[in-house]
Amino acid sequence: MISGIQTAAYVFASILFILSLGGLSSIESSKRGVLYGILGMLVAIAATVFGKDVEGHIYIIVAIVSASFIGIVLAQRVKMESMPQLVAILHSFVGLAAVLVGIGSYLDVGIKEITNLEKTIHLTEVFIGVFIGAITFTGSIVAWGKLEGKISSKSLIFKGRHFLNIFLVLVCIVLGVFFVISANDFGLNYLIVMTFIAGLIGYFLVMAIGGADMPVVVSMLNSYSGWAASSAGFMLGNDLLIITGALVGSSGAILSIIMCKAMNRSFVSVILGGFGTISTNTEATLIEGEITALMHGEVSQLLKEAKTIVVVPGYGMAVAKAQYPIYEMVKELQKTGKTVRFAIHPVAGRLPGHMNVLLAEANVPYDIVMEMDEINDDMSSTDIVMVIGANDIVNPGAEDDPSSPIYGMPVIKAWKAEQVIIMKRSMSAGYAGVENPLFYKPNAQMLYGDAKESVDKILGFLKSNQ
Amino acid sequence: MIVGIPSEILVNESRVAATPQTVKRLLKLGFEVVIQRKAGEKANFSDLQFENSGAKIVNDAIDVYNHSAIILKVNEPTLKELEMLQSGTVLLSFLRPAQNQELLQKLAEKNVSALAMDAIPRISRAQKVDVLSSMANIAGYRSVIEAAFYFGRFLNGQITAAGKVEPAKVLVIGAGVAGLAAIGAANSLGAIVRAFDTRKEVAEQIQSMGAQFLTVDINEDGATDSGYSKEMSEEFIAAEMALFKAQAAEVDIIITTAQIPGREAPKLILASHVAVMKPGSVIVDLAASSGGNCALTTDGEIFTTENGVTIIGKINQLPAQASQLYGNNLCHMLEDMGKAENWNINMEDTIVSRAMVTHNGQVNWPPKPLPVSPTKPQAVNTSKEEQKEIIKNKNKNIGLSMLIKLGCIGLLLLGLGQVAPAEFMQHFTVFVLAVFIGWQVIWNVAHSLHTPLMAVTNAISGIIVVGGLLQTKDSLNLSSILAFIAIFFACINIVGGFFVTQRMLKMFKK
Repeated sequence: MISGIQTAAYVFASILFILSLGGLSSIESSKRGVLYGILGMLVAIAATVFGKDVEGHIYIIVAIVSASFIGIVLAQRVKMESMPQLVAILHSFVGLAAVLVGIGSYLDVGIKEITNLEKTIHLTEVFIGVFIGAITFTGSIVAWGKLEGKISSKSLIFKGRHFLNIFLVLVCIVLGVFFVISANDFGLNYLIVMTFIAGLIGYFLVMAIGGADMPVVVSMLNSYSGWAASSAGFMLGNDLLIITGALVGSSGAILSIIMCKAMNRSFVSVILGGFGTISTNTEATLIEGEITALMHGEVSQLLKEAKTIVVVPGYGMAVAKAQYPIYEMVKELQKTGKTVRFAIHPVAGRLPGHMNVLLAEANVPYDIVMEMDEINDDMSSTDIVMVIGANDIVNPGAEDDPSSPIYGMPVIKAWKAEQVIIMKRSMSAGYAGVENPLFYKPNAQMLYGDAKESVDKILGFLKSNQ
Repeated sequence: MIVGIPSEILVNESRVAATPQTVKRLLKLGFEVVIQRKAGEKANFSDLQFENSGAKIVNDAIDVYNHSAIILKVNEPTLKELEMLQSGTVLLSFLRPAQNQELLQKLAEKNVSALAMDAIPRISRAQKVDVLSSMANIAGYRSVIEAAFYFGRFLNGQITAAGKVEPAKVLVIGAGVAGLAAIGAANSLGAIVRAFDTRKEVAEQIQSMGAQFLTVDINEDGATDSGYSKEMSEEFIAAEMALFKAQAAEVDIIITTAQIPGREAPKLILASHVAVMKPGSVIVDLAASSGGNCALTTDGEIFTTENGVTIIGKINQLPAQASQLYGNNLCHMLEDMGKAENWNINMEDTIVSRAMVTHNGQVNWPPKPLPVSPTKPQAVNTSKEEQKEIIKNKNKNIGLSMLIKLGCIGLLLLGLGQVAPAEFMQHFTVFVLAVFIGWQVIWNVAHSLHTPLMAVTNAISGIIVVGGLLQTKDSLNLSSILAFIAIFFACINIVGGFFVTQRMLKMFKK
């Protein structure tokens, strides 16, 4: 079925993909990494298209050209803040393609000329491939909707949803058995019913997950899309698909694990959803102290007096698109000889590494952007920490309040600094729905308002009286 | 409600319990303010300034006491002042309750509710009313200034055309608020600062202020639940003395701040230590009023020893600054107690209940102990051998569970091999190896590149396009159409994914 040359090309493409992922280990080599990836993809497509089994070249060209056009437009138009949405919707495409390839493969190969055992295995592969594809498809669409704000980001939780999910999975398994043992074309009905049910499972899975857990969900769906590709490889007997799918699958899985570790939560509990519901049951510790608010002029005064400043951005910065004025402000402060750095929490934002991308977009040099672990020890020698649109990731309750639902999650220790200025739209709890004792600390002061407007005003004060 | 501020009558006292600024704050809180004529004179606040801020000036102390519901003072009342206090008055002042049992008894008899500002518990919420910290901060700062004044050289090192100047070496003993303030001030004047404290937990704070933490080779921690340090064992003290002696010969300035509440200050710098110091050296003893940390200190005096060491037993209080901070602390306290509007002595409140040393004719001292230091996790006391044993067992357990897991996996694979055809097993091999490679490669990806990683893997997962390509036919049947749709979507993915990754990576700049 596959000629020697094609196999060689596939091996080459696989190596290129591995090099591509390896290239991302550092920023210097990352651009080369992407080139490897593109090259690998070209080799893979060319080798397949010029293989002898492929027909309908005209349609293929039409499909590829039109899709490429759409892809470029999408990629160029997307704002860096809406990166998570784009990634989510692209995942859904892979899921959809996997479903289509699966069904197509069932229709195409038919059940001719293969032994019973081979048939069983092949049908199982098709079934699993379509199952994963369908979950990825609907799950990603829901994730996209939540990120885009079209669906409420609150987690949808109802009694017995775990039972419902288990029940749906069981139904799928039963359908699978019928599908595999069914003779002739009737199996298609089982397959299609299962596709819908798997779609429902994907819907419920992601609906149950709250906004703060979106980084995990997105990386999980990333992983699923890989496994979907891999299972398509099994049903078509194509090693390239298997290898590539496995690479993507394990990459997504690792990202999910990293995110979960950063939130000190088990992977299973995130996937099953329901964050923030725990807090209502346990008795929250009473927070002592009071909140003090500042005006923009006072903040700029404090900044002028400080020597070392750390900025902790969160999703609020992304929403307000405040990264540009923030960097302006940072440059202004640097001019007067202050040390200004950024501290990034692993789950800040809605995608793994979301903040890094936004700051990079505003041309913030990456060597002043620190990870949580790199900068936490320096907090006690920092004069001012500016928390911009972040909440849970600077919550001291995660360290000292065992009743807090986020207890044990590693956080940026902003409160250790001399002064903390928290820029926030209002006095409401973060995505996790947890009160933040930081706001009540004597060295913490609030600055209410939209992050971008506030930073602009502070910048005005900084520039005006120098 | 009227808040009254009498003049301080002690000869050496130049502070006052309110400043024009704090008077404004008190008025904002809804109080009326009465102040004795010339109360702020020694702290450089004129009656005119007070009047302009809205205070009423009266001539005699007795007028202040007669009219006010709340009296703000700096020093504990003398017998004469005690006479003037009215029954039911609330008094906010330094009282030194541990040393002044008799005074407390008298205040209780007169039914005065006395709030000892120096008995405020040292909890986080009370920081804004913590007068000891405010005053210690001033003392620490000033101790360096006094030392620099009597020290005949620069504090910082310089290289000038006239020659090289060595920086002065300063030793600070006791790293409480005063000690830390002294470290900060000495450090900013350019001196080389070392600091010693029996509490190991303050090492970090000392270093953060820019000093080197000195310690002795004995593992004993002086930290207590009260936030002050405890008295140490003989062995520790001996080692400490040896350290001080060695340091005394080396440093130019020693600032001591060690105090144990309610007791005589520990003697840390002995006559023999002073004897080895260089002529021209300075000792500032901030514990002079409670007996002094230096054996030679005389409270309230500055003198030079025979070998030319100046020992300072009194320091300027910076009255204007001290009054301002103390006045602010008092304002915060009154604000906490409900301002004028909801004035309430709430004996359930942690701060009020502990600092209100007399109330309703009762003496309320000493209060129950209250732990404040950051609680340290109890170290599990396991000996090294036990730990080794534990690690060994752990390793054994890990080894065993690994063995079981591998066994299970092996059996499963064997089972699969029994049924599955050879071709499937080949694909399966490829799959498993690819998962392992992915696993190894991805852990190395930089954290900041996680979003690009996701975009790239997204593009790569578009490889499913190959699946679609393999199913295309010239004749447009259903499976073929499905395949084209699949190709279409997968291609959006590939192109979009790679493109957006490129765009992102271009933005990362050094």
